[in-house]
Amino acid sequence: MDHMPENWGRPRSEIYGVYNSAIHNAGPATHTQQPSITGTSVIALKYNKGVMLAADNLASYGSLARFTDQERLIKVGKETVVGISGDVSDMQYIELLLERLIIEDNYEQDGHNLRAPHIYEYLSRVMYNRRSKVDPLWNAILVAGKKDDGSPFLAYVDLLGVTYSSPSIATGFGAYLAVPLLRKIASDDGDEKKITEEQARAAIDECMKVLFYRDARSLDKYSVATVTTDGEVTIEQNVRCKDMSWRFAEHIHGYGTQKM
Amino acid sequence: MYSEPYIEPASAHSAGAPIEHRFNPYSDNGGTILAIAGSDFAVLAGDTRHTTGYSINSRFQPKVHALPCDPPIVVSANGFSADGDTLVRRLGQRVQWYSYAHNKAISISACARLIQTMLYGKRFFPYYVHTIIAGLDEEGRGAVYSFDPVGSYEREQCRAGGAAASLIMPFLDNQVNFKNQYDAQTGEPKAVTFLSLEETIKLVKDAFSSATERHIHVGDSLEIMIVTKEGVKVEYFPLKRD
Repeated sequence: MDHMPENWGRPRSEIYGVYNSAIHNAGPATHTQQPSITGTSVIALKYNKGVMLAADNLASYGSLARFTDQERLIKVGKETVVGISGDVSDMQYIELLLERLIIEDNYEQDGHNLRAPHIYEYLSRVMYNRRSKVDPLWNAILVAGKKDDGSPFLAYVDLLGVTYSSPSIATGFGAYLAVPLLRKIASDDGDEKKITEEQARAAIDECMKVLFYRDARSLDKYSVATVTTDGEVTIEQNVRCKDMSWRFAEHIHGYGTQKM
Repeated sequence: MYSEPYIEPASAHSAGAPIEHRFNPYSDNGGTILAIAGSDFAVLAGDTRHTTGYSINSRFQPKVHALPCDPPIVVSANGFSADGDTLVRRLGQRVQWYSYAHNKAISISACARLIQTMLYGKRFFPYYVHTIIAGLDEEGRGAVYSFDPVGSYEREQCRAGGAAASLIMPFLDNQVNFKNQYDAQTGEPKAVTFLSLEETIKLVKDAFSSATERHIHVGDSLEIMIVTKEGVKVEYFPLKRD
């Protein structure tokens, strides 16, 4: 089977000569003008032994819940996790870039391994350079890991190449719904020293629940990753939102099945 | 001044016509900066709030940077932070290359001209930033240079830039250059004199706490970089976080 549509229904090459595919590809170069399959918020906060982040497993096609088992937290190298929201195909391209980066780095068997600040630096330049070509990678990305001095590292970069870091960050809808909750415990640099892993996890779970309540493009199934300052990475998958109450929906016209 | 790029033509929104949506490569990340030159010092201050729209992205994202040179030059590029960070990073490289090529540190006047060429080099896809540098000139006097997004620049006694520039600049005109101040006895305009470092720091703090009151994109904390012949000193001062 020939999978190239431009080859279908053409006169036979051996008789009429090879079809000039430049004709098919004629026209102006096109860039990503809007995302198509998208992932919603990624949320993260620092705690006393590292960074914890979460992203749900939904890949939406507009308002359609298209894929419900999409992993959006990616382990990069030995001790970094990258969480990506926005266009899923651009995310997969970024995964490819990061995999290449790690492979290239591993060719030098020099005992050095790329850590979060290095991966972040690379990613932020890729994102800024693509936006400068007006051909952006349509994503907002969180990079979590540890700094060279062993302290937790958490930073953001998006499709414009805008970068910042803070003890708690969220992309997309999470910036409105999750950040106020996360800032209750982690608002300033240094606050993370007072947060235990259990507290961090409770805050993350609460945020994912609130996001599922109010973000229409979210899912109650998500992954939680932790990167400790010892360099240990764990990604817990298929976590479910717990103790939800949808009682309020009974009284709202338009929720669920209606008794007319 | 420059005109804003990528304004969608109003005619595109008339009835029936499809609404064109195109990627906007710029955004505004708020914040404000302020520089004052003294007789033998200069200060460059900036708040540490980073915003997009009504969201506070970070309460501590410093935007005033010391360049890798001696005598020191401090720089801040306020506006679209991705452009600002890129400009400052590239400027740092250029300043180092200058020292390797000429075996001497760059002077602040040469640094200012360098920034002009870097900004004008992107005249038709500008760095969307208001840039200010501060340091000491070849005679050891405080120097402040300010730039528009496409590289027009000027040496000044003081300059405010960024979101709350329009709130702070008239205050500076009055308090640093004594504009509209007259001697009560003679009726003559008040003679311009250099401020002391202590007076300058007080003025900077007042300017920022007032701007914080009236501007939503300014606040959280203030970072003041002070350049003297001894080097760069950094001071932090809390601002309102609401």
